[in-house]
Amino acid sequence: MSFGQIVLSSMPRLLNGLVVTIYMTIFSAGVGMLIGVLLCLGRVYGNRLVRALCVGFIELIRGTPMLVQLFILYYGLPVYGIRLTPLMAALIGFCINSGAYQAEYIRGAIQSIGSGQMKAAYSIGMTKWQAVRLIILPQALRRVIPAWTNEFIYLLKYTSMAYIIGAPEMMAQAKFIASRNFEFFRVYLLTAFVYLAVVWIAAEIFSRLERRLRIPGTVIGER
Amino acid sequence: MSEEIVLKIEDLHKSYGDNAVLKGVSLQLKRGETKVIIGPSGTGKSTLLGCVNRLVEPDGGNVYLENELITPHNIHKMRQKIGYVFQDFNLFNHLTALDNVRIGLVKVQKLSKDEATQIAMEQLKRVGLAEKANLYPSQLSGGQKQRVAIARALAMRPKLMLFDEPTSALDPELIGEVLSVMIELANSGMTMLVVTHELGFARTVADEIIFMENGVIVEQGPPSKIFTNPEKERTRQFLRRLTELYGEDKV
Amino acid sequence: MPILLKGTWVTVQLTILGLVLGLVIAVPVSFGQIYGGRVARLLCSIYERVFRSIPLLVLLMLIFYGLPEIGVRPAPFLACILGLGIRSSAYQSQIFRGAILSIGKGQTLAAFSIGMNKIQAFRYIIFPQALRYSIAPWTNEFTVVLKDSSMAYALGVVELLRQGSYIISRTYEPMTIFLTCAAIYLLMTISANKIMQLLERRLQIPGFEIKEVSH
Repeated sequence: MSFGQIVLSSMPRLLNGLVVTIYMTIFSAGVGMLIGVLLCLGRVYGNRLVRALCVGFIELIRGTPMLVQLFILYYGLPVYGIRLTPLMAALIGFCINSGAYQAEYIRGAIQSIGSGQMKAAYSIGMTKWQAVRLIILPQALRRVIPAWTNEFIYLLKYTSMAYIIGAPEMMAQAKFIASRNFEFFRVYLLTAFVYLAVVWIAAEIFSRLERRLRIPGTVIGER
Repeated sequence: MSEEIVLKIEDLHKSYGDNAVLKGVSLQLKRGETKVIIGPSGTGKSTLLGCVNRLVEPDGGNVYLENELITPHNIHKMRQKIGYVFQDFNLFNHLTALDNVRIGLVKVQKLSKDEATQIAMEQLKRVGLAEKANLYPSQLSGGQKQRVAIARALAMRPKLMLFDEPTSALDPELIGEVLSVMIELANSGMTMLVVTHELGFARTVADEIIFMENGVIVEQGPPSKIFTNPEKERTRQFLRRLTELYGEDKV
Repeated sequence: MPILLKGTWVTVQLTILGLVLGLVIAVPVSFGQIYGGRVARLLCSIYERVFRSIPLLVLLMLIFYGLPEIGVRPAPFLACILGLGIRSSAYQSQIFRGAILSIGKGQTLAAFSIGMNKIQAFRYIIFPQALRYSIAPWTNEFTVVLKDSSMAYALGVVELLRQGSYIISRTYEPMTIFLTCAAIYLLMTISANKIMQLLERRLQIPGFEIKEVSH
């Protein structure tokens, strides 16, 4: 089979997988942000117990491979009677994992905001939570955008791991195609090109967006 | 000027580790009085101000606002009655000047947006920045930023205004605009406690000068006395050095 | 447990060999990007862009299935090292490039002004400083490669994770085994971080701060 023929015959399936990949990425990046904010606020502003829990959780997730986390969710949970579909396990795993990393990026953003902002908020009578919600968070979330876009692209690539536990994203489709026409190398090459293209486009979109939003301050966070 | 005591500070103590920054400071302010604290850097002047609205937690002593003791429990209510102006302005960077002044009114005092806007614009007008209402802090000069900060504090209708070296971070040409706002404020009857190096300002407006060093009040008295005939030698030395450093026009 | 340690050893090997390969490739690439001519710069940029954009898994597959096309049949272990190494080299070249660029031009100019040539300037002035700047991000890369080594699972390499799954297929205790694997990884990442921290402290120049976001 020539490369051209392979491209034509595989593309529909691959694109199906791509849709799932993109969906997983967007979902995980988004939910990951929510989780990240919660974890981060717990770590920075919580009492000792909350802080310890958050730090412990963050370090645990960041210190272990994502694949292991996926395995625990997909193969481990059934022991307790929780049976997740591969897609669900993958989504939960990515959300939690991304949440932990994003918590750290947001923390960096918060730390880059001077302590004076908090003091000023207090000086007009705000409570700690008012100050965090109205003054610190809006600024931190703006500063974390570069790191967030990095995280998005990271997720785009690492969703490929989900195929190992059987989620129907692009890698899984590639394997399926290849195992039928035995053109392993060329199929994977094609897949590589698709990833390249998607990552490149995403990066372009984000850098345009960033330029539009014009955030002063430093870049926080790189996996 | 009535005889009512707005601020009473009783025997404040504060240490950072082994370093005792405030070693038992007491003072009072009556309504309408303006007192200026001068002294070498690092002697606890800013810490003293911070302890009044508990931005800094004192280790000992009491602070009374209008005869009510300030405690960690009523602090949020109390802070609304105390205006604080920082050396670094600390304007909220993501909000316009108007929003900076308005946010306390809307979120803390729970006023309606219209009411808040009206009060906020009033204060901005008072400090001469009504046309800059929709600009962001990064678009304002240092003097303008500080004036917005003053407006922000004033909008809360405080009983007492605290100024922590309000002009120390400004370029020389911009100091004047901030000082004139402060002078107008003092003349209109606001009770003010100001930490500053600006002796000219102190001479014009202060009802009393307080000279602090090493965490204690060394001497206090009316400007006419302190500047011309101070009792303590330390005061004399300090004033002389300041005059040398900043030039005759400051004193 | 001892069986898991065999897998751990494989993981360690994968990590270290991958990192070293990455290092070996990254150094010339980063040079090419900074000191090279137009062509070199372009090639190096493309290299690092490409290999930072495709997932590691895809890269592994490409190597494993691609090399046979040119007649080489790599063992999965080798393919993984190649994959990890190439991917890591793309990131490491960026680390070095960043470190070198963050040293102000003034340093090079000063070196020239006392008569050094380009090579001496680099060796005695730029390199030692760039080294200090690189340590922190490189530590990060270390843990990344360590964790990514788990993807060797996909090629059938019997590293820690696969070892774990073999045990599970015999004892049916997935949760405990996987949690143990996780714990071992965690232990490794924490110790790696500690070691690098010590190294960083040893090599520290007083007053010379690594560019960090903090206030």
